[in-house]
Amino acid sequence: MNPVIKLEDIRKTYHTGEVDVHAVQGISLQILPGEFVAIMGASGSGKSTLMNLIGCLDRPTSGRFDLDGIDISTLDRNALADIRNRKIGFVFQGFNLLSRTSALENVEMPMLYSHQHIPAQEQRRRALDALELVGLAQRADHYPNQLSGGQQQRVAIARALVNQPALLLADEPTGNLDSQTSIEIMGVFQKLNDQGITIIMVTHELDIARYTKRTVVLRDGRVVTDEAVQNRLRAETELHNLREAQQAIKLTS
Amino acid sequence: MRILATLRTALRALRRNKMRTVLTMLGMIIGVGAVIASVSITSGAKQQVEQQIAALGENMLLIFPGSFSSSGARLGWGNWHSLQLEDALAIQTQLQGVIAVSPENRTRTQIIAGNQNWNTSVQGESPEYLQIRQWPLTEGEMFDAQQVRTAAKVCVIGQTDVKELFPNEDPLGKMIRIRDVPCQIIGVLQAKGLSPMGQDQDDIVLVPYTTELKRINREDWLDTILVQAVSQAAMPIVQQEITSLLIQRHHLKPDGPRDFLVRSQEDIAEAATATARVMSVLLAGIAAVSLVVGGIGIMNIMLVSVTERTREIGIRMAVGARGGDILVQFLIEAVTLSIIGGGIGIASGMGASRLVGSLTHWPTLTPVVWVVIASLSSAIIGVISGFYPAWKASKLDPIEALRYE
Repeated sequence: MNPVIKLEDIRKTYHTGEVDVHAVQGISLQILPGEFVAIMGASGSGKSTLMNLIGCLDRPTSGRFDLDGIDISTLDRNALADIRNRKIGFVFQGFNLLSRTSALENVEMPMLYSHQHIPAQEQRRRALDALELVGLAQRADHYPNQLSGGQQQRVAIARALVNQPALLLADEPTGNLDSQTSIEIMGVFQKLNDQGITIIMVTHELDIARYTKRTVVLRDGRVVTDEAVQNRLRAETELHNLREAQQAIKLTS
Repeated sequence: MRILATLRTALRALRRNKMRTVLTMLGMIIGVGAVIASVSITSGAKQQVEQQIAALGENMLLIFPGSFSSSGARLGWGNWHSLQLEDALAIQTQLQGVIAVSPENRTRTQIIAGNQNWNTSVQGESPEYLQIRQWPLTEGEMFDAQQVRTAAKVCVIGQTDVKELFPNEDPLGKMIRIRDVPCQIIGVLQAKGLSPMGQDQDDIVLVPYTTELKRINREDWLDTILVQAVSQAAMPIVQQEITSLLIQRHHLKPDGPRDFLVRSQEDIAEAATATARVMSVLLAGIAAVSLVVGGIGIMNIMLVSVTERTREIGIRMAVGARGGDILVQFLIEAVTLSIIGGGIGIASGMGASRLVGSLTHWPTLTPVVWVVIASLSSAIIGVISGFYPAWKASKLDPIEALRYE
């Protein structure tokens, strides 16, 4: 199986003022299709930089980066934009939906920038399918300010999925959500991963990382741990437990 | 390919900030509106003057007698009896580009019909006078060459004289007395209205020039010679030829002072429309200034809009928008603003000029070319003022833009 992500000795150095900041110092990593990886690390560990590199928002200073078989390190700005459009779906901590734009239109947005023309009806159909997948089809006409945080994040996930990318890239997707909603969102990710979608998620929450299949821990721009998740949590089970616990409180009170 | 979707995005962005959009457009609306309104008013005035001048005659040249120095005192144009009937006949027979000549001698005098009398301008002319001045008759006919030869006692009268002398009857065939010369009315001129100088052109009696010179006025000089050139293009040449011929006939030095003056209809038109042309230049200046001001307004708002929507730009770039897509999006927004503003400006300018026109009874006219100019310059201003903000937006770093609060 060809890896979705293949990093070979990737380095990124920022030249800010007199001191060079070595944010990423030689990371080699392979991620295969169908994997669900959590990238963890304290702030300053280089995980955001790595995220930006994998997301094709930035280019490495040196090293080789193949995404879905395409060598990224030599591409220009426009080519990177096209790669992002076709290969990557982004989910952000702050949802990053366009305000005063309906959920459906938010999900349609990546298709506006597709290379080949997609007819308006087809765009609408695909966007509705993506919303269906995250369980929000009935809220298609709602605006972001009419949706809860968890619903907004689901819209963002639908937007990330709509161009059928090779990779779903989530940056602290549960950072702005309460614990129950966080589990629900992880449930969505697990469901998508079960359908074969490759997911990379940056997080600093250990318990959230336990919903993934593999954790990569960074420190000072290097990989220090890379191992499969033991005792993986399933979102349905956890939600069930949570509900029971809540009911128990109600019973006792 | 993506233009339509981008246009929709731009329109939605404009709709989102209705108040701001309207205020931004206001600069263009006022600028373009003021230009269209004033152009409409001046064009209407100019067209009216031009119509009046065209009504003077067709391809017409006028020859006036010249100035004269008498014992050192120089008299103005027209005070010297330097134009003779022979000059007019020579122009008619010797010059190629001339198709009609009318030797004119005129006098203001009292005319009497029955128990009515009226003071009017009596003009001796040739039968070609009506052709030169493009002046049809309502009834009867013009005197002919035969009547000119015999200095016949016939006349053709204008509408004002008809009104004053024959208020309730048909003047045709009636007799009027002009300085004791009884003349029969054989034709009636159509109404021509006021001249560009405001004179009543219908207050006129035409008689054969021979009748005027021999019987009525008893002079042997001409006040004016009217000449019709074969075409508009031939007029400068004919003007030149007349000058040469008269210099020769009057035994003048080619470079010396002249005792006659040749004026073309164009000369008169030019003088009459000079004010309108100055106004047009002035308007163009105002137009340029107001459009620049409108453009600055748009650029200002677009810059604010780009800063305000930095995060949106970041999101769009993250999902695959190229720099070019962002550039086009903001450019279209700016151009849409300016074109809609310009369009409303054109409409309100036309409306305002019509309103002023109907209140003041001035003629107004909106030339299509100015509507086109206004639309084009609105679009160009949109592109120019939108380009820098749009370019700035397209150069944003997606990582920075996403982080922007």
